[in-house]
Amino acid sequence: MSIPGQKPLSNLEELLEGVWKQNPVFVMVLGMCPTLAVSVSAMNAVSMGLATTFVLLGSTLLVSLLRNVIPKEVRIATYILIIATFVTVVDYLIQAISLAVYDALGAFIQLIVVNCIILGRAEAHASKNPPLKAVLNALGMGVGFTLGLFALGGVREILGAGKLFGISLFGPDFQPWVVMVLPPGGFFVLGAWLLLFNWLNSRKAAPVKPVEGHAHV
Amino acid sequence: MTTRIELRTSPHVVKGTSVERIMFHVVLALLPIATFSVWQYGLSALALIVTVTLACLGGERLFNHLSGQQSTLSDWSATITGLLLALTLPPAFPLWMGAVAGFAAIALGKALFGGIGYNVLNPALVGRAFVQAAFPVAITTWVPAFAPGRFGGFAPTTFTAPLMTPPDLSAWAKSALDGFTGATPLARWKFDNVLATPQDFLSGAVTASAGETSAILILLCGAYLAARKFMDWRIPAAVLGGAALTALLFQMLDPARYPDPLFVLLSGGLMLGAVFMATDMATSPVTPVGVWIYGALIGVVTVMIRYFGGLTEGVMYAILLGNALAPLIDQVTQPRVFGEVKAKSVKAKSVRAKPLKGEKA
Repeated sequence: MSIPGQKPLSNLEELLEGVWKQNPVFVMVLGMCPTLAVSVSAMNAVSMGLATTFVLLGSTLLVSLLRNVIPKEVRIATYILIIATFVTVVDYLIQAISLAVYDALGAFIQLIVVNCIILGRAEAHASKNPPLKAVLNALGMGVGFTLGLFALGGVREILGAGKLFGISLFGPDFQPWVVMVLPPGGFFVLGAWLLLFNWLNSRKAAPVKPVEGHAHV
Repeated sequence: MTTRIELRTSPHVVKGTSVERIMFHVVLALLPIATFSVWQYGLSALALIVTVTLACLGGERLFNHLSGQQSTLSDWSATITGLLLALTLPPAFPLWMGAVAGFAAIALGKALFGGIGYNVLNPALVGRAFVQAAFPVAITTWVPAFAPGRFGGFAPTTFTAPLMTPPDLSAWAKSALDGFTGATPLARWKFDNVLATPQDFLSGAVTASAGETSAILILLCGAYLAARKFMDWRIPAAVLGGAALTALLFQMLDPARYPDPLFVLLSGGLMLGAVFMATDMATSPVTPVGVWIYGALIGVVTVMIRYFGGLTEGVMYAILLGNALAPLIDQVTQPRVFGEVKAKSVKAKSVRAKPLKGEKA
């Protein structure tokens, strides 16, 4: 993210930002509603991720192009209008491509409108950056979101059904872990991934020890 | 040689009670119950108890290692979690699922919160709740007690390959003991309106989880812990009293439909839960009034779930609910400090709440 006073990121850094350092699922913990609700299977998770990426790309490009035209006072409404347009497009697209996926995702396709990752990108990034940077950043965020959803959906499908993308992994005798396809399973798996990410990040940051004696009560 | 002088703050006279000592005595108190369970259900129960306990110990060691703590295996708390968890599972529960339960108990119930003393919920029950949600069929598949061949071999489900569905038990269970129905007394009461007699319960000849039938043994072991002051006797008294009174009330309202209080006390996991799980020191309230409220709440909720819930047994969820409410109960039942004067008005309170001049915020 470009914070005033900071060195602007290069194009590659801009792209990688959302994939790892600012991953929307594991680091920013945004968009939890679709993340928990549709990550029951890998297929659903990836479809949702791709749909969101599409909306993210389209809306950030448009917001970035129009960033000097949109009046400050009505910018949020304008962003929502732009996002809603792309959501309508993706809604019809998924319906045309696969009705099964459309039914599985249900209302969550329309709910991409209120996904805070997208509005967040529009407000915090696209409205302040030129189109190329905005689109690269959005692409990274979309890939990061898709990866995050896949990480959840993959684990939940493997344990909850013994399959990955519908392909059976353990044979017909597999005992499904029912809890994994229920809402608690989503929280368990998300918690485990967050734990892993935080652990990895804290290991990276380990050499810097907190200075003692500065604790505020 | 120089004389070693130790400087210490008070207290100078200590009783010598430590976490290790209390926990060790709880393990001792659990051993007779585990032994009875093995005698009842044979090798399958033995294998289950050993596996679940080892899974808990392994989980504890792993999380010690990951969090960079010293090993806490020697404080016996993971052993207790393992033993208790195993005793609440069906005796022929597949061993791999038992291991999942043990690991989940330590990981979700204990390590996540920071280890012993920091857990909000009883770890053993967290483990059981996890496998109940994950494997609802296996956890309600029961085997007969005192089957003749119980020391000659294992139940076919015990050695199910990891991740695989356990085989159907009904044919094996019927051949193991004639006339075996595969339903617990609570389920038979709920669905067929057949009441088990107290004699059935006391002899242990009922279908149940590995360690929940031996009511007298559980009470004796609990009495030992209470007598040594390792356990607060008021909690089991409140749980059992709350359950019995609620049951009595319902029986007076409609004797044809609701069973007598004795059936409620002896059936299911109420005894084991009241004596060994509700009394977990880290997850129960500490105020004198609080323990009664907490215990009675567990007893009442248990009976409510049994009578009106979709499940046949409610002790587990009742205790978990009680655990979750324990901090709140503690907060509202704070005893008055000796000499404390009640704040007269809200205004007086808000004045006091402000930091004094020169005091650091």
